[in-house]
Formats: sequence, structure tokens, C-alpha cells
Amino acid sequence: MHLKTILMAGSILVSASATATLAADCGIEGGRLSIIGNEFPAIQTVAAAARACDGLDEAKANLTADHQKINLAGMQGNPAEYTSAIVANSSIVALINEDVIRPLGDLIAAHGQDIPQSQLITVNGEVMAVAFMANAQTLAYRQDILDQIGVDVPKTYEDMLEAAKMIREQGIMENPLGGPYAAGWNLAQEFTNMYIGHGGQFYEPGTAQISINNEQGVATLEMMKALSEYMNPDYLTHDSNGTQAEWEAGNVALMHMWGSRMQILMDDEGSEPQVYENTRVGPPLTVAGGDTPASTLWWDGWTVAKNISDQDAEATFKAMAHATSPQLLNEENMDQAVWMIEGYRSAPVSEGVAAAIQMGTQPYPMLPHHGLLHTALGDNIADFMQGKESAEQALSDIEAAYMTAAREKGFVN
Amino acid sequence: MKHGAFFWFVLPSATAMVLFIFFPIVSVLMQSVFTEHDQIIIEVENCGPFGCTTATAIDQEATAALRAEQPLGQFAGLEIYTDRNHLATTEVSRIWTQSDSIGQFIDRLMNLPFYKAIGFTLTFTFVVTPLTIIAGFIIAVAVNSAAQAIRGPLIFFSLLPMMVTPLIGALILFWMIDARGIIGSVLQWIAGDPTLSVKADTGLMWIMLMVYGVWHAAPFAFIVYYAGLQTVNKDTLEAARIDGASRWQQIRHVVIPHLLPLTTFIALMQLMDNFRVFEPIVSFNASAHATSLSWAIYNDLGGETQQLTSAAATSVLTILGVAILLSPVLVRTWREYGKA
Repeated sequence: MHLKTILMAGSILVSASATATLAADCGIEGGRLSIIGNEFPAIQTVAAAARACDGLDEAKANLTADHQKINLAGMQGNPAEYTSAIVANSSIVALINEDVIRPLGDLIAAHGQDIPQSQLITVNGEVMAVAFMANAQTLAYRQDILDQIGVDVPKTYEDMLEAAKMIREQGIMENPLGGPYAAGWNLAQEFTNMYIGHGGQFYEPGTAQISINNEQGVATLEMMKALSEYMNPDYLTHDSNGTQAEWEAGNVALMHMWGSRMQILMDDEGSEPQVYENTRVGPPLTVAGGDTPASTLWWDGWTVAKNISDQDAEATFKAMAHATSPQLLNEENMDQAVWMIEGYRSAPVSEGVAAAIQMGTQPYPMLPHHGLLHTALGDNIADFMQGKESAEQALSDIEAAYMTAAREKGFVN
Repeated sequence: MKHGAFFWFVLPSATAMVLFIFFPIVSVLMQSVFTEHDQIIIEVENCGPFGCTTATAIDQEATAALRAEQPLGQFAGLEIYTDRNHLATTEVSRIWTQSDSIGQFIDRLMNLPFYKAIGFTLTFTFVVTPLTIIAGFIIAVAVNSAAQAIRGPLIFFSLLPMMVTPLIGALILFWMIDARGIIGSVLQWIAGDPTLSVKADTGLMWIMLMVYGVWHAAPFAFIVYYAGLQTVNKDTLEAARIDGASRWQQIRHVVIPHLLPLTTFIALMQLMDNFRVFEPIVSFNASAHATSLSWAIYNDLGGETQQLTSAAATSVLTILGVAILLSPVLVRTWREYGKA
């Protein structure tokens, strides 16, 4: 409970100045709202806005980076503890697999006519979530450092390596590259991005049979290793928070980073003016001469739990719909994300994600068995990155680990 | 004691043990031999803000029917125990026949997740347990011979590492050993190597995890030994002194034999605790360098798709591991006290 209270306090502080915390009329007459979701500014804003609705019997939000470890358990009970999970295209799959979120068709027909079609996430013809923001990893760079070495903004990972070499050789920075490369989920995500950039396919078409031990797989790992040579030697322990700290400390000049974090890098908190004034955002990089960016598109959206009373579901739906309606946006929170809400004005901070959408970046795969591959990737790439084994060995380890898990879960025989 | 009285005497604790130890173990055993149903996959069209794609999804109605029929899932027997992510019997025998030397065999064995985890777990257990006992003993003797006036504060400070929440204690150490942290910088200065990084080197990371393990557990050994030291027979000590025994001889021949039963107790507790090593690996973000059985369970349950059967199998293997590890100490204790 303690942790929850602290998190809650945090989320209220961040959006204290937003209109969200003022009581709002959302047309709710009783019912429960209990949100589980990731923790970054945009989600904190949405959760605060939903909790501010009048007429709720109970309004709670548990926002934590570990949300996907607890959301399923918290929604399997009947009645479920969480009435709404804020998810992304990867984490919604686990909830659909276990059948704990409800199709929203009826609720939209009754109370959600204003929600634009473009925000609806449909699976097999049923609306399962309402998206409110887009996210993708794109380039962040330091204009002053690039000016110093006299090169243009990198467009490919090859450009990035070249610039990194120059920065190191000219003695400007020892480890000019960064990135969320922490062993586990983050490292797996970097592989996913880079592999898609190389034009790789994860599975044999139409099946859950994995096929990543190929040329693109090897090239992907080798590019990741080449990049890591220019990173802080501790890079395998740097998640998004650690990477952000490295950037704000002024130790990094170039990195691929989540769009949802760019505002934090560019604000005047946590770093010297030299750093934040020169931080710029660019489009995602491509690799190996490909056209597809080495990145994946993500949406963040809200769902409604299945195992709750219809009254709670209605209250939750109305509160969440209110929290992601156009009136949410104001000067304060406009730059927190690339909102997919009407009235959103693009700002320099979100040019990266906007460019990613334009360049045809692929969405992160929404397949029922892909979470198993993500885990297998996260467990087996670090050995290669540390030079303990060959790329082929790492890839065959990943395949074997995935196939074992997929067999256990009944996806392959 | 009469049988009736004995029955009523042990009933509360027996009930608690059945409820909180026996049933959970049975439940874990059951889960580890059942896997999920074959997934019934249908092709679907997923639409969202980035357009529509053809993908697959699980057919919920068909799955619900399967679940109603066999709520536990499919019986898999020991299949999960022997698969690659656990005991990996097929892989191990293949590696055995294909390896030219023991070194190569071990090297390849350590590439399998279960053996990698057990490799670190056992090393950690067998390094940390004796060091904890020795460190605890030395602190206890030192505190016991300190002047009465400063003993209180000394005991308090000696106990601090145990009072700090394990996760927080490990996090503090994690930042201190950072390349720019105080310990990290000192190590770089001593080694004369500005690129030295504890977090990037597997060997140094193992040492750091073990240092943390000793740091965290030594106060426990200390407080037990310190209590034991208060019961050392003063007459025997005095007799030894009159016979001209040096301080070391007094410790070696009077104190240590007196504290031996306590040592067995501490060893038992520490073997169990250290075999379940977990927090430092999470706090140190060390999974690239070291994994343990407990971490493997956490990892199975923490992914976007939970692998319950796999986690249950690892849990059962952990229980077996603890039983094997403790058996020598238990047999010894039983022989010593069983005679009485």
C-alpha cells in the first residue's frame, strides 16, 4: 500500500497544475475506477484526469513501470481489482490471451459516440482498446556536438557510428552513444527494432515457428555490438531511466530513445543548459540501406476489465473517455506525448514520432506468442554482447528458448 | 507425554504447516506437471491508428470449452522438468558426447539457462555461507571484548546492514560501485585503469554480489554468536588462562567448541537463504552476468506472457536443491541429538 501511496502522490504532483485535478462532470452516477498502467508523464496526466471525475464511488490509479507484472493478476479475480488497464500494443496481447478485458462495442454505442474511429483498436472486428497516444523510438542528438565535428544529423545507424568515431577521436566524449540496452526487456526491444530495420521476419509465415537465425539476425546483433563499443561500459544495466540520466549528465551525444521521454530530456530539469538547450529530436534511423526505420510504432490506450459489474464498467468507460477527450489538452501537457486526440498541435519535441509514422515504421507485432519471444530475446542476447558467444550461437539459443516456452504454452507442438 | 496431550499440543502448528507449507507445495507440484492446452489460433484482422494488419489471436470460445473440460490443462508429466529451459536432459547428453574436454563440456553446459543459474547459485552459496560465519564470529568476539560503555552503539552499527531493506541496501551499493561512484572510482584508481567497470565485468559482478551477500548476512551470524558468547563458562576460561593459554588458544579450545551447535544453526539458515539468492541480482541489474534459480522463477512470471508451468518446475527443483544441500547438516544434527 505504501508504494501505491507514493506513486499516487507522484502522479498528482506532476499534473497538479493541469486542469485534470479539478473535479469534472463526466456523467457518472456511482461505480468504481481503478487504473493500472505504466509510469510516464502522459499516462500520469490521463490517470489524474480520469480520477477527477465526479460521482465515482472509488477512484484509484496504480502507475508503475512494473505494471505488466501485476495487471493480469489484478484482473483475473471476480470482481477484478483493476477496472481499467492502460496498455500498449505489446501488453494488450497478454490480457486478450487470458480473456480479462471486455469488447467495448456496446459501451461505445451508448456513451462513446464522440470517440474518433482512428483511436479504436479492433481485434477480429471487436473494439478492445481506445488509443490516446503514439510512441516510437527515434533519434535524439546534441546539436552543439554535431556542429563541433561538422557533420549533418545522422539518418542511418552507419552515419551514427561514423559520427561516434569522430566524437571519440576528437576527444569530445569517450562514450558518445547511448540507448536503453539493459539486459532483459529493453535489450529485446532494441533487437526487435534493429531486426525490423534489417527487413527481418520473426516467424515462418502464418505459424508460430520462429526463424531469426538468418543473415538479418546476425547483421542485427553485429550492429548492436558495434554501437555498444561506443557506449558506457555499463550499458547492459541501463534501462530507459539510466539512459536518460546519462544523457542529462551530458555524457551522450547521440541515441535512439522513446518519443515519450524526449520532453524530459529537453526540459530544464536535471541537466545543464548546455545539454538541454542543444538537445534535438530527429526521425528514427534506418540501417543497412533499408527503407523501413529500425524502430517500432507503439500506441498506448485504455481498456475495460471483463470481470467487473456493468455499473463499474460504465463508470470506468465514462471516466477514461472523458480523460482522453480533446478537453484534456492544454499548454502544460501538450508536449508530453504525441497525443492521438483531436486538437493536438505537433511540437518540435514530438517531430521524431510524427516522422516515424510518416516513414512507415512497422507497429510492434501484436501476436499472442510474441511475448514469449521477447522474453527469450531478453535472456539470451547479453552473452553475445559481452563476447561470450558467437551471433549464430546466441540466435540458436534464442530460438531454442522460445520454442521450449511456446511448446509449454501450447503454441507449437 | 500422553498421546492425547501431545496431539492437542502440536495441533495448531501442524495445522499451520499443512495450510501454509504442505498445500502450497502440493499446488506447485500439480502446476509443474500440467501445461496449457494447445492454443486454438484463428486468423484475425487487427486495426488501429497505424492501419490494419492480418495477425493471429487465440479463439476464446474454443479455449473456454477446452478449459471447462480439463481445468488443469494438459498432463505433461515430467516433460517440463527435462526440457531445455530446465534440466535439459537431451541437450546435456548431446553436449557430453560432442565435447572433447571437461572444460568445453562445462563451458557449453553453462550456456543452458538452468545450469547457468545453478552455477551461480551454488558458487554464491558456498562462498557466502562460510565467509558470513567467519565474519560474524570475528565481529562477535571483537564486540564482546570491547569496553562495556561502547558495546551498545557497536552492536547497533554492526546490525545496520541487516536492518536496511535488502533491495535498498543493494541499490545503495549498486550506485557506489558505478564507474562514477565512490567505490567504482577508488577501484579504478587502485587498478590504474580508468575504463574499469564493475558492472560490465562478469567476474567483478560476481564478487560484488557475494560481497553484498556477506555484508547483508554477517550481522545475523554476529548476533547469534554474540548471544552464545555470553554463555561461555567463565570458570573454564579462567582455568585456561591460569594454565597459560594465549588469547588465541582460549578461543580455539574453549570458545569455538562451545559455539559449535550455534555454527550448525547459522550454517543451516544461511545455506537456505543463500540458495534463494534473488534481491541483489534484481537491484544490481545483474542478470546479464549472473542468474539464480529464484531469478529464473521471477523471470518466468514477469514476462508479458507468464510461464506458470516453467516457474512451478523451477520452484520444485529449488525445493529439491535445498533438501539436498541441507541433508548433510540435518543428518549430522540428528546423529548428535537423536542419541539423547
